[in-house]
Amino acid sequence: MTELLQADYVPLFFAAVAVFCVTVYVLADGLDLGVGILFLFAPRDADRDLMMASIEPVWDGNETWLVMGGTLLFAAFPAGYYILLPAFYLPIMFMLFALIFRGVAFGFRLQATRFRLVWDIAFFAGSVLATFCQGLILGGLIAGVPVENGMFAGGPFSFLNLLGVLCGVGLVGGYALIGAGWLIWKTDGATQVFAREIAHAALILTGAMMALVSAWSAWSVPEVAARWFALPNLLLLAPVPLVTLAVIVALWRGIWEGAQARTFLLALALFALGLVGLIVSLWPYLVPRHVTVWDGMSDTQSVAFLAVGVAIIIPIVLAYQAHAYWVFRGKTVHEHGAYGGHAGS
Amino acid sequence: MDAVALSRLQFAFTIGFHILWPTLTIGTAWFVTVLSALWWRTGNTVYRDLMRFWMRLFALGFGMGVVTGIVLSYEIGTNWAGFSRSVANVLGPLFAYETMTAFFLEAGFIGIMLFGEGRVSRGAHFFACLMVAVGALISSTWIIAANSWMQTPAGAIADADGIYHVVSWWDVIFTASFPYRLAHMVCASFLTCSFVIAGVSALHLWRGQHVAASRTAFSMALWLALVLAPLQIVIGDMHGRNTMVEQPTKLAAMEGLWETTKGPAMTVIAWPDMAAQKNLYAIDIPHLASLYLTHSWDGEVQGLKAVPEADQPYVPVVFFAFRIMAGIGVVLLATAITGFVLRLRGRLFTARWFQIVTMATTPLGFLAVLAGWTVTESGRQPWIIYGALRTADAAAPVAAGAVTTSLLIFFAVYNVLLLAFVWFAGRVALKGPIDSSPAAREHPGMERSTLGAFTTSPVPSPVRGTDPARA
Repeated sequence: MTELLQADYVPLFFAAVAVFCVTVYVLADGLDLGVGILFLFAPRDADRDLMMASIEPVWDGNETWLVMGGTLLFAAFPAGYYILLPAFYLPIMFMLFALIFRGVAFGFRLQATRFRLVWDIAFFAGSVLATFCQGLILGGLIAGVPVENGMFAGGPFSFLNLLGVLCGVGLVGGYALIGAGWLIWKTDGATQVFAREIAHAALILTGAMMALVSAWSAWSVPEVAARWFALPNLLLLAPVPLVTLAVIVALWRGIWEGAQARTFLLALALFALGLVGLIVSLWPYLVPRHVTVWDGMSDTQSVAFLAVGVAIIIPIVLAYQAHAYWVFRGKTVHEHGAYGGHAGS
Repeated sequence: MDAVALSRLQFAFTIGFHILWPTLTIGTAWFVTVLSALWWRTGNTVYRDLMRFWMRLFALGFGMGVVTGIVLSYEIGTNWAGFSRSVANVLGPLFAYETMTAFFLEAGFIGIMLFGEGRVSRGAHFFACLMVAVGALISSTWIIAANSWMQTPAGAIADADGIYHVVSWWDVIFTASFPYRLAHMVCASFLTCSFVIAGVSALHLWRGQHVAASRTAFSMALWLALVLAPLQIVIGDMHGRNTMVEQPTKLAAMEGLWETTKGPAMTVIAWPDMAAQKNLYAIDIPHLASLYLTHSWDGEVQGLKAVPEADQPYVPVVFFAFRIMAGIGVVLLATAITGFVLRLRGRLFTARWFQIVTMATTPLGFLAVLAGWTVTESGRQPWIIYGALRTADAAAPVAAGAVTTSLLIFFAVYNVLLLAFVWFAGRVALKGPIDSSPAAREHPGMERSTLGAFTTSPVPSPVRGTDPARA
């Protein structure tokens, strides 16, 4: 077992697990953050009731992947945890504040009578701010963080750059697109029409930002440009942007005509492609240009203990999370379970 | 203040605020699970109504626990990078296992528990409740294991750079203080919840509302309290004697004992003066501490002065927090016994003064939990890993200004949250367990919609049991 775990592919396995967790988080929480981003754009209160009801049973499971990402980083790649988290102190804190507000809005909005709008705004603003902060972190990561003696060595605003702002706006558009796709799938009637209409705007924003972020990171980070434009990488990697373009075209054409789940699935595919692009740009670094996944990994002892859990438990987790989605399959009907019933009734 | 002091303040505030919600939800999750089982097996609608009512309060508390918990999983990195670097090999996998085995389990079934009653059978609903309740216990097990390792580290050795490497996972998880801490915390949660349930039920009895359901809950809660209040004192005593062996300085701070003494007195109240290294204005009961700590008249107990002043915690905080916790324990025990006496005399549901007393005890469990954690965490200082790593060496390279900003926002946000929770939970509690109302009234927000898309479509509300076969 120990010999097996000392091989070079062990960091690869855990890097794959970490990428998997990030992917699941972005796709799953992307859909409910996206619904939150669209929340105030919806024309009627009835739409908002339905939008929230569609994600109520699953949002907690989605957000747990964020905790999984954090704890997995701590356990398997501690260098990433203790260098990157202080480096992104402010955006992480503001993301957490935002997630707090949108999280409690699920429970409190249905209880509220007079100040319902306050919780509507909390849910919307929390979703937008959390997403934007994730973009700032992403942009800061691509641009790189200052490291000395194995610890973060910058100031509180070292994370801030134009790339992060672009990523933030792009991520807001992208999550909104996933959210709109989810609503097209899970609702019907007026809410679905609203989702189809706003999906176009979200797609334009996402596509434009993906192009800008790609161009700007190639321009401002030479290592990224070298990765993409050197031969033979250029030819090998050419399919990534080409397939992305094809997905965007398919999305554009499918928003009104396609099958109900199509926009959602294509939006997920678009995000997956974005992640592939990101990994190409940053591989094999955990902390870009400073710590690789091989250098940043924890002890074999710890990784072995962790591997058992990951191999056995994560598939089970995926099975019952899928089951939870299955229980609430089909079009969402607005009804109230445990949060339900406001005091006025 | 420097970044370390600010980070300590922020962590203490955020973890102290967070612990309120697991305390509330561990116990209520099990109460809901028991009610779900009773409703499933007996078909008695009192159990169903109580289950739905407590599920609503549970849901509000659970949401608070989730969002304030995510904060902690990141704060360990953002504010305590030195600590993370040192212990990632040891504590990282424990936290990862907590997420995998507990948080996902809760998250996977919470939707079915809260919103799935109409979509799954009663048995499946009970199973979902059970998974959420089990998840809560698994979570406490891992997190107490991690905390216990910081108190009584074992099974790992530090290298020259101060990085810990695990030698034995068994020893890391089952440290000397782990079983006592786990039992003490889980019992505290159940005890706190039994008084929350008793207090809310007493409110309804006082107002003459929902009498059948409230009597059932009031009785169940006070039976539980009668068992748990003395049990908690026994566990606390065992935990204290374990602390005396494993962390003698912390125990000395709890007792306010400066000199190593044979047959020490119990200090009822005093002002522990750190500068003078002695107690001022002390009221002592001779030999009593010796009796409950060493179970002998003349047992020896180590005092604070056995270690240099730089290795002592700030004694007044530990000393008074311990007295608050123990004092509340005694008040809760007295309340539980009074309830039992009233029950024997057949006056449990009619003694109105006792209803006021129980209502007053509702928040006490939470205060005791906060005080208890204050004892154990500030009693560990100045160490973050007892005897091995100093808190001052564990901080992250973050600017004091950034921490001040986040601390101020946490303070504002959490106070708003607490107010909102008290407001909404208070309203749910006041409304009480009514559920036989017609389905049309169960669609809040509907009447506000200007378009008739939903009001015109007759959507049955399976959750509220409009189907007579289920209700």
